[in-house]
Amino acid sequence: MAERVVRLPDVGEGIAEAELVEWHVKVGDIVREDAVLGAVMTDKATVEIPSPADGRVTWLAGNVGDLLAIGSDFVRLEVDGESEQAPKTAELASPASSVGAQSPRHAASAPRATANAPPNGMKSQPGAAPLHHAANRPLAAPAVRLRAREAGIDLHQIRGTGPAGRITHDDLDAHLTHGRTGTRATPNPAQTAVTDIKVVGLRRKIAEKMSIASSRIPHITYVEEVDVTSLEELRAKVNGQKRPNKPKLTLLPFLMRAMVRAIAEQPHLNAHFDDEAGIVHQHAGVHVGIATQTPTGLVVPVVRHTEARDIWDCASEVARLAEAARNGNATRDELTGSTITITSLGALGGLATTPIINHPEVAIVGVNRIAIRPHWDGAAFVPRQMMNLSSSFDHRVIDGFDAAQFVQRIKLLLETPAMIFIDS
Amino acid sequence: MTESTCKLLIIGAGPGGYTCAIRAGQLGIDTIIVEAEKPGGTCLNVGCIPSKALIHAAGEYETITGAAEGKSALGISCARPSLDFAKTMAWKDGIVRRLNGGVAGLLKKAGVRLIPGNARFVDGKSIEVETRSGLQMIRAETVVIATGSEPIRIPSLPFGDRVISSTEALALTEIPNRLVVVGGGYIGLELGTAFKKLGAAVTVVEAAPRILPQYDGELSAPVGRRLSALGVTVLTGAKAKALAADGKALAVETASGEQTSLEADKILVTVGRRPATSGFGLETLDLDMIGPFLRIDDRCRTSMRGVFAIGDVTGEPMLAHRAIAQGEMVAEIVAGRRRAWDRVSIPAICFTDPEIVTVGLAPSEASGQGFDVKTDLFPFKANGRALTLEREDGFIRTVARADNHLLLGIQGVGAGIAELSATFSLALEMGARLEDIAMTIHAHPTQSEGFHEAALKSLGHAIHI
Repeated sequence: MAERVVRLPDVGEGIAEAELVEWHVKVGDIVREDAVLGAVMTDKATVEIPSPADGRVTWLAGNVGDLLAIGSDFVRLEVDGESEQAPKTAELASPASSVGAQSPRHAASAPRATANAPPNGMKSQPGAAPLHHAANRPLAAPAVRLRAREAGIDLHQIRGTGPAGRITHDDLDAHLTHGRTGTRATPNPAQTAVTDIKVVGLRRKIAEKMSIASSRIPHITYVEEVDVTSLEELRAKVNGQKRPNKPKLTLLPFLMRAMVRAIAEQPHLNAHFDDEAGIVHQHAGVHVGIATQTPTGLVVPVVRHTEARDIWDCASEVARLAEAARNGNATRDELTGSTITITSLGALGGLATTPIINHPEVAIVGVNRIAIRPHWDGAAFVPRQMMNLSSSFDHRVIDGFDAAQFVQRIKLLLETPAMIFIDS
Repeated sequence: MTESTCKLLIIGAGPGGYTCAIRAGQLGIDTIIVEAEKPGGTCLNVGCIPSKALIHAAGEYETITGAAEGKSALGISCARPSLDFAKTMAWKDGIVRRLNGGVAGLLKKAGVRLIPGNARFVDGKSIEVETRSGLQMIRAETVVIATGSEPIRIPSLPFGDRVISSTEALALTEIPNRLVVVGGGYIGLELGTAFKKLGAAVTVVEAAPRILPQYDGELSAPVGRRLSALGVTVLTGAKAKALAADGKALAVETASGEQTSLEADKILVTVGRRPATSGFGLETLDLDMIGPFLRIDDRCRTSMRGVFAIGDVTGEPMLAHRAIAQGEMVAEIVAGRRRAWDRVSIPAICFTDPEIVTVGLAPSEASGQGFDVKTDLFPFKANGRALTLEREDGFIRTVARADNHLLLGIQGVGAGIAELSATFSLALEMGARLEDIAMTIHAHPTQSEGFHEAALKSLGHAIHI
């Protein structure tokens, strides 16, 4: 037997470290060559690391969420054959050594594995390792443990007041009394459990990004209603008569085209603000990010050069990108580089939202739900299809006046959709 | 074939099995227990009980012999004693018989049906028993596997004639002149010491660099010194090879690589025990294993629903009191009570001379689990009671967390300190800190004061050292 070390390969773009997002194996597993050992994440790409050989896993580099340096040991395998790192020939107990009263095999287990063991994740083998998780065991006398078990109480839930945190009969009584009072007050028992969920992978990226955007950008959010009755009529007609090879038009491509028209008049809204350098990078190309919900979380695929696309092109590109993002095979390029973002929750769009700007952009347009509302036309209330737009702007570089003008321009275009298509 | 049904069927009436049966009976569960031999298992018939009887007899004989040889410091002298070994063994057998009867009586009193015979699994709920009156089929809702363990055989030293296991050693009709013990673990040393005291020339062959390799060197050293004082030859780092051609000697390779031959009337092979998991159709159930043992969870459930396992078949430490605690727990679980294994420690005792008691974690185990520990020991040479017993060898050692002084382990070595295991276990089970021991009055003069002093020493204020 020999040890084979699998190092974390350079997974791209000259990065120095990658985040561990998943283990596919655990210590002791037998793995085949090419079987996936685990996955790491860099920026937005998740890379699976395969095993270079058949063997048994003896060591893992860390826990999910840890940042691992490129080139560091990732997994250690015990493989057949010789290697220069042949393990020390351990003095194995020969047949003539006695099996004593207490097995020392747990004492021999690697301290690291013990230290990293999840607090309550593993069931201890009765007898085999009586004190295996001594550090996490609630401290209580046998009679207290018995009473708790019979009452269905997990002693981990009780804070012991005795020396070294020992749980006393009084602690248990207090817990029982407290629990019963709670049960009387409400038919549903108070749920005191706290589940700790490690924020890793995409969720961590989202969290980091949102923190930066929210802490650094003073947002101004502007909500305006838009009468989309004409637009919806147009959309229904076009969709009813379109050729089968054309994509179904949603509201998004119309909004995208309207934004392109509005940006043409206010180009400073299609920009990145580098606040450290104090420079606004104003982009000529309109790259619209489309906030998209995927099974693993929020991603923002980008429709590039919307200014150069017609309405059909916008529609098919949005559909393609949304599909790729949901399937998790959007490329890095497709997920970066937007200059302005649209966020839409469709039927769940609500009345108004306060969108968070996709840093370092300076504007985000939020689409709320379309609903039929009464509208006073000067003589009578008429039913109209109404929709709110909730848009946020970086108030450091966009004044309220500019923001209002931008949204009003989009409103005008959407309410009179023909204007979207008339050359200025 | 006769057929019977029951709610609970236990295979094996060793300490785990019979305890489970008695408790189940007390709880009103319709219980059958199947046993091929006499009730009581290895422990009662060919293990703990008869070996302790023999050790006691050997100790008495050795004391009197010492006095006859003028070695008594107490001023006692007497004529050279003689030993009627047949009578010794009859006395030992009487104890075993009495306990066999006791277990059978307790089973009966609890309303448990004891069926003598060899059990064989037909499926997870049906067992076939070969009884003297023919085959009997038993169907049960719940089955407990409590088949125990058996001595490990060395292929090059097959049992038979001169080569014996602990079972035959406890049934010898005469004391061998020359006894070679292969394996310097607790069984080999307990029996080897007893036979030495009874007059045999004893040589222990151990492959590891020292005797009692499962214990740390601090604990095994006093035993090694006593063996040497008693005149037991101990060969460590030595490998038992095979029986000589004439079958009268054991070929041994010593630590220095030298080939030698040890003439022996009996060769006692005690290289450990292995779980009894074959020969009764267990393979057909295809239960999950961990190494040679059945895998169980914290309720002693195997991988098959309604099939429990307790005792030596479920893993180390293979000790009767572990099986007993498991058996009692399983009976209560079967009765519908909420129970799970949450014991802090399983004490272990080595009935050598002096005895070794270990409870909880050894210092190295505690450090290995990431604890910052305080370890202190109090030697019996500073204990008045030990001096009055002419046995000042040994010590008591405490292992506690450095941060909150919670006791993690207690070990001791000394003559007759097996009984102290109760106080050690209780301390760990109750979650005692060093201060709890320090603030408890330990009666004077007793060996237990050593425990008190070890705790005081860890707290920085031992009185007698």
